[in-house]
Amino acid sequence: MLNLAFPPSLANMVSRLPVTPPSLAFSLAANRLLWPALKTLDWQPLIGRCYAIRVKDLGLNLRFTVSQRGFAPDSGVPDLTISATARDFLLLLSRREDPDTLFFSRRLVSEGDTELGLTVKNLLDALDPEAILHRLPLPLARAAQRMMAA
Amino acid sequence: MPLDLVCPAGSLMSLKAAIDNGADAVYMGFRDNTNARAFPGLNFDETQAAEGLRYAHDRGRRVLLALNTYPQADTWARWTGAIDRAAKLGMDAVILADAGLMRYAVKQHPALRLHLSVQGSATSYEAVNFYREHFGVQRAVLPRVLSLPQVENVVKHTDVEIELFGFGGLCVMVEGRCLLSSYCTGESPNSAGVCSPPKAVRWTDTAVGLESRLNGVLLDRYGKDEKAGYPTLCKGRFEVSGETYYALEEPTSLNTLDLLPEMLKMGIAAIKIEGRQRSPAYVAQVTKVWRAAIDAVKKNAEGFKPTPAWQAELNKLSEGQSHTLGAYHRPWK
Repeated sequence: MLNLAFPPSLANMVSRLPVTPPSLAFSLAANRLLWPALKTLDWQPLIGRCYAIRVKDLGLNLRFTVSQRGFAPDSGVPDLTISATARDFLLLLSRREDPDTLFFSRRLVSEGDTELGLTVKNLLDALDPEAILHRLPLPLARAAQRMMAA
Repeated sequence: MPLDLVCPAGSLMSLKAAIDNGADAVYMGFRDNTNARAFPGLNFDETQAAEGLRYAHDRGRRVLLALNTYPQADTWARWTGAIDRAAKLGMDAVILADAGLMRYAVKQHPALRLHLSVQGSATSYEAVNFYREHFGVQRAVLPRVLSLPQVENVVKHTDVEIELFGFGGLCVMVEGRCLLSSYCTGESPNSAGVCSPPKAVRWTDTAVGLESRLNGVLLDRYGKDEKAGYPTLCKGRFEVSGETYYALEEPTSLNTLDLLPEMLKMGIAAIKIEGRQRSPAYVAQVTKVWRAAIDAVKKNAEGFKPTPAWQAELNKLSEGQSHTLGAYHRPWK
């Protein structure tokens, strides 16, 4: 089982950072690493809306928007906020847990526009993880593969 | 083959997860309100449906199309168009609830196999046989309100194959006739394809708990360690005569693993797993458990006992605090 607990001191430190630098770093990294694989999806219903991902145990609050060109940091009021721990986000991304399961057990919270939330969930569910792995830089693909097989 | 395992597929990835983990058949819907899981971004367009069919048929499995909502006079063509597409794509069956659509299907596509949806709400063998005689329906999915002896009575008096729900979320089970959510939203699942239209649902994490609202109406407020459920009116907690409780239905999941030997014995044709709205991870986990359980009961029905590991896995995936045998098990009957 994946065991990812972050030391409280680190979480405490991260939570004091302003929102923008992590959101910028997230957007840059996601555009570079993930966008080539993600851009073929139907993003139309998601474009121009504001999203927040709260990684609770890390105190990390990522705020971004999506356009035809990829992700960009954003400071507007989020239309959709999704909160979970780092470990649960990884379990979701690696397809080892179902979002509704985490939601029933209160480990995943989705606030704001529910319809938008479901659209995001179903868009990501329709992705073939193998196709994504294919396009990731090799070290990252290997790490992801290890994570999904764990 | 008795006890066919019929699993939900909300996307191509879920379909593959079901097939790879041992489903005998999957059921899917098109991307509109012609099916009862009309959620944004869920379900199949024609290309994806064709790919899903290819994937399943290459592996000797079947694909059923849920067309189980009720067309209105001004949207009739959307539903008949879906039947035409199902026939063209080569679906192994369509799951219908509306008698008008059955008539259309029989006339236009006589070779298309018809299943009666749970939304058709046929609980007696007389009703099931009516659909057989008039439309040649070959399988009926029984509503979840019958006890096992009542199910057995239906099975004994019909040639129609009987499919039962085995696992998944429960509701008030007024299938095909439930209008509860229309009191809040003006839409009912029977024609709109969802119990709670997502556009009307709001979740808010407040100081007093996690609140769910449907069009502004407070459905429930979950305490810190309480399990949450789907935001449907039937599973809300309401104040009635000064008491606040689940006045209509508690959020629970159906789990009938324990009843598999009896279902096998009475000749149940198929077991349906609920959950087209769930993700591929759920489909993979639940299909794996049910495949193992069905294989085990077919091998040795007398000695069959669900393993603690299966039950734990299914419990983890369940909505609500508990699982139940539902109406199937009524010891007083």
